[in-house]
Amino acid sequence: MKLKKSTVNNIIAYGIVIVAFIVCQLSLNAGTMSRSLKGQMIPICVYIVMAVSLNLVVGISGELSLGHAGFMSVGAYSGAIISAWLLEGLHIESAIVRLILSMLSGGVFAGLAGVLIGVPVLRLRGDYLAIVTLAFGEIIRSVMNCLYFSIDSGRLHVSFNNPSLPGKLLVNGPAGAKVVEKLATFPMGFALILFTLFVVLNMINSRSGRAIMATRDNRIAAEAMGINVTKYKMMAFVTAAVLAGMAGALYGLSFSTVDPAKFKFDTSILVLVFVVLGGIGNIWGSIIAATLLTVLPELLRAFSDYRMLVYAIVLILVMLATNNPIIRSLFDRLIRPRRTAANTQRGGASE
Amino acid sequence: MSENTRKKRMLDTKMVPAPSHGIIPERDYYSTPVLEARHLGIEFGGLKAVDDFNLIIGKTEIAGLIGPNGAGKTTVFNLLTKVYQPTMGTIMVNGKDTAGMNTVQANKLGIARTFQNIRLFDNMTVEDNVRIGLHNQVKYGMFTGIFRLPAYWKQEKAQHEKALELLSIFDMQDLAGAQAGSLPYGAQRRLEIVRALATNPSLLLLDEPAAGMNPHETEELMRNIIKIRDQFQIAIMLIEHDMNLVMGICEGICVLNYGRIIAKGTADEIQANPTVIEAYLGKKKEG
Repeated sequence: MKLKKSTVNNIIAYGIVIVAFIVCQLSLNAGTMSRSLKGQMIPICVYIVMAVSLNLVVGISGELSLGHAGFMSVGAYSGAIISAWLLEGLHIESAIVRLILSMLSGGVFAGLAGVLIGVPVLRLRGDYLAIVTLAFGEIIRSVMNCLYFSIDSGRLHVSFNNPSLPGKLLVNGPAGAKVVEKLATFPMGFALILFTLFVVLNMINSRSGRAIMATRDNRIAAEAMGINVTKYKMMAFVTAAVLAGMAGALYGLSFSTVDPAKFKFDTSILVLVFVVLGGIGNIWGSIIAATLLTVLPELLRAFSDYRMLVYAIVLILVMLATNNPIIRSLFDRLIRPRRTAANTQRGGASE
Repeated sequence: MSENTRKKRMLDTKMVPAPSHGIIPERDYYSTPVLEARHLGIEFGGLKAVDDFNLIIGKTEIAGLIGPNGAGKTTVFNLLTKVYQPTMGTIMVNGKDTAGMNTVQANKLGIARTFQNIRLFDNMTVEDNVRIGLHNQVKYGMFTGIFRLPAYWKQEKAQHEKALELLSIFDMQDLAGAQAGSLPYGAQRRLEIVRALATNPSLLLLDEPAAGMNPHETEELMRNIIKIRDQFQIAIMLIEHDMNLVMGICEGICVLNYGRIIAKGTADEIQANPTVIEAYLGKKKEG
């Protein structure tokens, strides 16, 4: 059977990710990796997943979401709470089972948050989603500043603005959530990347994914073809929220505490920068940008204070470069060597 | 819909007898008309863009909608496809009232359209554009799609074959992998027709299908429109300024001016109609 071009591309893609993982794992084992880079391995995985999932919203469904860190924080908090409850309430000893269950619950809760926001907003057109998701990110952070959770002999207690709860405090308002045990591991981060790629790439090449892209390209035509625009925008938005929640849970469980300040507006913008830099709608670009920009500040530790400045400069330079016709045509030639006859014809006609 | 307009609409349909047609081809006399518009109208802030529009289209009729610029032809299409909700009158598709439906539901009921200013999914391939048209005929869900269950492979394959079959109507199967936005203008128009056809309509609305085509391409398009009608046994309604095309293939023609129907009939009747000539060319000077 002749494989489809997209299938071949996907197989190559998974191959590259697996090779990258093996290389990282080998150098981790051999001890050749620097300490600071070692600490970056899980955040890199998390940010790759964040960028790819945001790309599903921004690039594939064409809606601007500015609150992706909000979903990440929902995932991180529920991951931290659920992992503690799994240990003390259900007495599950196996770390890997607890990690997987925490990540799944992080995804579920973030997905619920996504449904809650998506239902009213995705019916509207234009910039509303950007504004509401921006607000969501800030609201969820403010809520977490006042949120208290405790666990007392396997039972969870929750209160708002009232730290006097029975038992051991798990979430302590502005001080953040205390992680009972750092469960996150690099192989699990890698597994999450593979899972994300699997979901996103398979989705793009399915009936649902095509419908999502159709609503992006031309809403009116999509409706005239019998596609329920709201449903498919929702599908992309909630899927992205679930993936961000899972990444958030992993992220949260890699620290001893997660405080709300980790999920500020900056984080949402940072993820958006990965997506824009990597190319809107380009999954591979997102992965590369997320990796490089997470590692870069570590490598330039001396300039760490100027990190945001470097981002800005890099962003501007990349924008200039990708809009430069010469560089563009060079890229085109490198990336798409086999252009169709019709493509060339159009290129000739428009110039 | 407000209570008032609802009442008005009911009154409109009940009290007034069915509009005269007389242009339905004989072979369609005994089947339910694919479209029946009665006293259809829409107001934009007091301006009656379309008013008292009555039309019946037979099951396999090719109908034409013509009129000077700004006569409201595309507005009629937008009403029929529920892009606009009519403020007056009813639209029956295959005998079903479409009141309160949206564009998606109207499409599922059997109305498909193309657009005057081409609206393709530019960043997708030609084949994927057709597959979007096939969207509601493929039934697997998101979960099956992501986890690639057997139903996915089976239906994707069937969809692929169906898409190529539809593209072959216009001899476009070789372009299946090309990006839709990069096609030449004429091919884009043809692709729009294929895409609309893929939704399995009973009424195909073509908004200026021959715009920007040369006489040779137009002639081929005429042949293809008839071929589509014969092959799929559907009704086709088209808006067109190319009179050769309209007079050549339309069995019934409806002339619109200032939002009102000024004439209905066969090509010969329309050509001889003084009101139509006046609408297009202006009044003859006396003396």
